Amino acid sequence: MNLKCKNVWEHISEFLDQQLTREARAEIEKHLENCEVCSAILDSTRNVLILTADDRTYELPVGYSKRLHARLQKALHQNPPPGKNSSN
Amino acid sequence: MQEDRQHEAELIRRVLAGETDLFHELIRPYEKMVYVTLFTMLRNESEAEDAAQEAMISAFRYLHTFRGDAKFSTWLVTIAMNEGRQRLRRLKRAAEDSLEDTVEEPEGDFTPAFLTDWREIPLEALERQELRQKLREAVDSLPKIYREVFVLRDLQELNQEETAAALGITVTAVKVRLHRARMMLQKSLVPYLQGSVPSRKSFFGRLSQ
Repeated sequence: MNLKCKNVWEHISEFLDQQLTREARAEIEKHLENCEVCSAILDSTRNVLILTADDRTYELPVGYSKRLHARLQKALHQNPPPGKNSSN
Repeated sequence: MQEDRQHEAELIRRVLAGETDLFHELIRPYEKMVYVTLFTMLRNESEAEDAAQEAMISAFRYLHTFRGDAKFSTWLVTIAMNEGRQRLRRLKRAAEDSLEDTVEEPEGDFTPAFLTDWREIPLEALERQELRQKLREAVDSLPKIYREVFVLRDLQELNQEETAAALGITVTAVKVRLHRARMMLQKSLVPYLQGSVPSRKSFFGRLSQ
């Protein structure tokens, strides 16, 4: 069976997430060997995911952790322990 | 992994038993996850930071409602998203968002962009600061229902089931939305991913033209 490009695009996410059956994967791989358009689409999508997973894409504001724990510290001691009455 | 979870369960038990200071340790691995989730929702650094603090405080207050059958990270991200939604409503940004994108768009164009003159880009190109900025902008401009799924799956790396649980949608909806989100992002980023770099053996092991 010959896959059309459009069928390949529909499965790009599953391909990248390794959710396809072995047969389906093999068919797509075969198509990719001969189709530069689909190969380029697959690579560029994969690059998007690599960029997304890059720690530097979303960075924490400087001092975030310190401020968070300082505020938490206050809240932890203002409130009674969770799940308990304010008896202590 | 299993050990982490046991350690976490132990921390939760002790916090609930009164060792409240251990809450700091409990949430430390998730600080960034909570912030980034809120940043992608609120699109503003200081608002996201404040929301992250509030979310963590809520998590502390409601810790006794946490059920061990879900992962703590999933539970925490749900709390963060609730905090984000409340703020969006308050900021009236929800109005814009909900009008356009609370429903699935079966008619939308979710095909990828073709690349003309594509050369597989070398890893160094992905190092460019500009590209990361473009990606953040592209994620920002995704309709909310796609953005949420993309953030949880590809940024926070929750699995399909966890994402479905956090958003209250089916696994099938997660798959469909994730695919569409990725295709939309691919389309937005192609102009920047497409460099005039010399052809070479690609990182992914295929030979480019």
